[in-house]
Amino acid sequence: MAARGVSPSVNRLLQAVKCSSVQARCCALLQSRCCAAHGRAQYSTVHSPQEKTFDKILIANRGEIACRVIKTCKKMGIRTVAVHSDVDASAVHVKMADEAFCVGPAPTSQSYLNMDAIMDAIRLTGAQAVHPGYGFLSENKEFAKRLAAEGVSFIGPDTHAIQAMGDKIESKLIAKAAKVNTIPGFDGVVQNVEEAVKIAQDIGYPVMIKASAGGGGKGMRIAWNDEETREGFRFSSQEAASSFGDDRLLIEKYIDNPRHIEIQVLADKHGNALWLNERECSIQRRNQKVVEEAPSTFLDPGTRRAMGEQAVQLAKAVQYSSAGTVEFLVDSQKNFYFLEMNTRLQVEHPITECITGLDLVEQMIRVARGYELQHRQEDIPIRGWAVESRVYAEDPYKSFGLPSIGRLSQYQEPLSLSNVRVDSGIQEGSDISIYYDPMISKLVTFGATRAEALSRMEAALDHYVIRGVAHNIPLLREIITHPRFVSGDISTNFLPEVYPDGFKGHRLGAAGRRELLAAAAALHVTAQLRSHNILGELRVSSSVPRASRWSLAAELGDDRLSLEVSKSGDVYSVEVDGGTVEVRGQWNLASPLLPVTINGSERMLQCLSRDASGLVVLQYLGTVFKVRVLSKLASELMSYMPEKVPEDTSSILRSPMPGTVVTVSVKPGDTVAEGQEICVIEAMKMQNSLTAAKQAKVKSVHCRSGETVGEGDLLVELE
Amino acid sequence: MMAAFSVARTSCGLINGLRVSFRGLARVKYGAVCASVPQRDGRWYSSVGHLSVKERIEQKRKAALVGGGQKRIEAQHKRGKLTARERVQLLLDPDSFEESDMFVEHRCADFGMEQDRNKFPGDSVVTGRGRINGRLVYVFSQDFTVFGGSLSGAHAQKICKIMDQAMTVGAPVIGLNDSGGARIQEGVESLAGYADIFLRNVLASGVVPQISLIMGPCAGGAVYSPALTDFTFMVKDTSYLFITGPDVVKSVTNEDVTQEELGGAKTHTSVSGVAHHAFENDVEALLNLREFFNFLPLSNQDPAPVRECHDPSDRLVPSLDTIVPFESTKAYDMLDIIQAIVDERDFFEIMPNYAKNIVVGFARMNGRTVGIVGNQPKVASGCLDINSSVKGARFVRFCDAFNIPIITFVDVPGFLPGTAQEYGGIIRHGAKLLFAFAEATVPKITIITRKAYGGAYDVMSSKHLRGDVNYAWPTAEVAVMGAKGAVQIIFRGKENQAEAEAEYVEKFANPFPAAVRGFVDDIIEPAVTRKKICRDLEVLASKKQVNPWKKHANIPL
Repeated sequence: MAARGVSPSVNRLLQAVKCSSVQARCCALLQSRCCAAHGRAQYSTVHSPQEKTFDKILIANRGEIACRVIKTCKKMGIRTVAVHSDVDASAVHVKMADEAFCVGPAPTSQSYLNMDAIMDAIRLTGAQAVHPGYGFLSENKEFAKRLAAEGVSFIGPDTHAIQAMGDKIESKLIAKAAKVNTIPGFDGVVQNVEEAVKIAQDIGYPVMIKASAGGGGKGMRIAWNDEETREGFRFSSQEAASSFGDDRLLIEKYIDNPRHIEIQVLADKHGNALWLNERECSIQRRNQKVVEEAPSTFLDPGTRRAMGEQAVQLAKAVQYSSAGTVEFLVDSQKNFYFLEMNTRLQVEHPITECITGLDLVEQMIRVARGYELQHRQEDIPIRGWAVESRVYAEDPYKSFGLPSIGRLSQYQEPLSLSNVRVDSGIQEGSDISIYYDPMISKLVTFGATRAEALSRMEAALDHYVIRGVAHNIPLLREIITHPRFVSGDISTNFLPEVYPDGFKGHRLGAAGRRELLAAAAALHVTAQLRSHNILGELRVSSSVPRASRWSLAAELGDDRLSLEVSKSGDVYSVEVDGGTVEVRGQWNLASPLLPVTINGSERMLQCLSRDASGLVVLQYLGTVFKVRVLSKLASELMSYMPEKVPEDTSSILRSPMPGTVVTVSVKPGDTVAEGQEICVIEAMKMQNSLTAAKQAKVKSVHCRSGETVGEGDLLVELE
Repeated sequence: MMAAFSVARTSCGLINGLRVSFRGLARVKYGAVCASVPQRDGRWYSSVGHLSVKERIEQKRKAALVGGGQKRIEAQHKRGKLTARERVQLLLDPDSFEESDMFVEHRCADFGMEQDRNKFPGDSVVTGRGRINGRLVYVFSQDFTVFGGSLSGAHAQKICKIMDQAMTVGAPVIGLNDSGGARIQEGVESLAGYADIFLRNVLASGVVPQISLIMGPCAGGAVYSPALTDFTFMVKDTSYLFITGPDVVKSVTNEDVTQEELGGAKTHTSVSGVAHHAFENDVEALLNLREFFNFLPLSNQDPAPVRECHDPSDRLVPSLDTIVPFESTKAYDMLDIIQAIVDERDFFEIMPNYAKNIVVGFARMNGRTVGIVGNQPKVASGCLDINSSVKGARFVRFCDAFNIPIITFVDVPGFLPGTAQEYGGIIRHGAKLLFAFAEATVPKITIITRKAYGGAYDVMSSKHLRGDVNYAWPTAEVAVMGAKGAVQIIFRGKENQAEAEAEYVEKFANPFPAAVRGFVDDIIEPAVTRKKICRDLEVLASKKQVNPWKKHANIPL
């Protein structure tokens, strides 16, 4: 990590830094000096060494958050212990940690949620404290209790705060008592349907009926009248009972077109608490955040202060310590209502770090050790603007994102750009498996203004190379450049409102289409010319291509266009679709990134593949386009070629070899993702995982584990 | 047998006697084309006598360019096929085709063939030379629009001529096959023509690369020309290769089979192993052939070509450090390794759908063409069996014949046991791969990624077979067999088998036993594999190794 081994003078320099952009430059300087592999953290990289905290911390998590915590531990001179499942044995967080401990097989219930194994790891490694990250055991009071019983510090709030904020009804009551604005609603458990209707009428429609124990949208219903209330009550209680084993419901006012804005708080064990400004998290799909920013375009200083102060009141009311987040819904009139409090480090904490300069993990560790907060409220600035995009391994064209799994055959983070922070826990060659969250990374950019941060985000997304799995960069890039988003006109309904028929990728305008085709044609010609360059002395001399103009034809979707290309030096001039496009570039055919200047403006394209039959697959403005570039002759002759309907064999899975079925991981009715394991066949003492060729529902299963199958035997049919 | 492939037989309606046993074959697909001799407009040949030589030249040329006439060209297009000339045009660089024998006509005087309306300048094949990406190549392209592309004496003579020329200058020959078979009207002349071609195929074998692209029917004796060439490619749905057609099959063995099932692209690329690759249509096939051609040297006198390369030769590949799973029973995809190591992830796989437990194909390392051979743990655990041995052996011999360095990735648990394999002659066929690797004198670089067990270890380009550079990854296990089997033999009857197994694993399931004996030259981190190979190839470019003089070796065929 950067701060280690830094000369005192640099340290002093850093301490003097006030402005974030200067700080970024220093980080870059530090990086070049220290060769830090994981550098470029846009939070304070300075740590006062006289303050002793812990000798060794165990991180009870995986992926990017484990890596994130380890970075700060390294900065603070704390030794780290990683825990991992067997499939994660060579994961990045394991490599980064000083020690690693396997806590079980891949399923999280047997590994990252396996408290017994984690307690063993703590005892064996002698870790003095545990950072739980987010998810997994981070808000598990049982875990916190067990740690306390062994005298191990839990880096997070005390058990009673976790408990108090963990229940939606209880937390609302506490919030109300602490004079925090809450959504008008009934503060107790609703007994029956008629009571529900009465309460709904009192509150005023629309109302939201939701499970007390719920989360993630389950057991949640909106009712606009009495009838819908009756229906909603019945469905929600059933769903709540089946999902959470707890059918208690509550009813509250439904906020139409709300924004989701949350306040980061930080409190110590001495009754001090701070609010570290807000994060705007309104861009969501299926109640999961996609793009976050800090600060919010919507809040004025007065509202911000009011929200911050209420958040602090709530924290104090539950004697909160450590970092936490108070979530609010904000309506169009800037009325804000308490939603819930998350008693952990949030996924999106980096944007708060960017605008405040604080290292939240460091503060959590200090607080857990019993130190008082270092800052006063008036020390907490808003420096510039930060935006975070959650980069997921998922296909954004299906319900704004369905998980995709696979191996990252190529992976390059856009770290060559300044003011970019990437929090990730994977690297080239890593597997994105079905067992864990498909998040690839959190891509954070910042700048002095929002416009700067957003334009940096555009560039960062264009420079991000991810191959081997589907990813949501097309969606992210469309969101951050959408006029509504740019103007700050967003709500939690942003995605369904902007893309009512689902996300379809970037829609090319005439100019965009010309640029894309010109780049594809230039790349095609470059490759053709390169084919002539056979080096060395040749026994039979080679003829040199004399052409400097090429007549080409391109197919893009259903369009057929003709192109006239000419070349001088590195500049291609392409006439297409009634316009001329000039494309300049280095034309490196091996690089996944294709930096070009098109008609004077710089663009970063990516070339995903090129093949002999003229197909050029380019990522342009975030979206992947397939262009087929052919010579005029080939294109004319192509018209004689019959259209072929591809044979669909993807719905039948046959045994590729004789062997024994070890496991069958699906049953009829299950939905499988492309690449998901369906069954495992053992042959020649080798376990062969058979996977789904497409996303589909399982129609029938024709094999059982332990059964012997022959080659070509039907195993599973998909719909 | 040869006669069975006539398509022209019905053309004159004079040779009905020949039809009896062969009618079905010709009728199924292409019989119709040849049902009658084309009706041409009588513009030029009726007045030949009055024209000057110059005019006659012009007219003949013009006639040659339309082959069997516009109607037949349209019929060819309707079938989703290009004409012989369109194919040549697309295959070669623009304006590079130098045609020969445009004026050659068949010499048959029987069955009315001597009539002017049955003469086509150039006959049923287009021949000549040209350039692919600037590099010299000789080409013949059979013209289905003229007598169904049937092979006359003149047709064969044209092909032989360009093959002879290719041999004298040392340049590859590409054949675009689209022919109904022998020209029955010519009888034995046609048979002789086939034999003349076969002989040249054999003599050219190992001297210049020969490639066949089957773009239509190719049946009976005609199939042996592609079979003798180095690579046979096919076009899906429109090309067929078989000794006897479905009708004869039905009458002899009483099997019902369609042309596609019997000899289509799918059959030959996945079941029989006759063809090396199949492409979607004529255009894609020809464009891919251009790409493929660039990997090959022009002859056995030339080194493997080195193309301008944009991929840094010292590029590290960190993703390889985690690619081999911890559990030695778990599979991974050898193609992931190959694609990550070679230039620009560009790998032209040969026989991708046949004997998938071995992967072979061409790639480049720092621009230089290399042949890649790799066991595929994903399929049948990467074991060697009859088909994979033969597939590997043929590929290795091609590379050796044409100075293409061979890079071998080893993860092999052994030869596949079982009666099917033993009865099928795995001993004989496995020996082919052994033979091929052992006799090869081109640079040989071997990387053991994981298992190298038993005899299969020896076979896979081991040090003992004159491997130039043999590397092991830290995950390599070179041993006689897996731990379990070994322990059962060494410690037969011993109670604590598990302990013995652990001991065996500790001792043998790692690269050290091979490394301490010098059987691997180095144990390397996977990430540096590309860099190492590129450096080695640079040094090995001047490798000189000669096998003892012999008339020829006797590979266990």
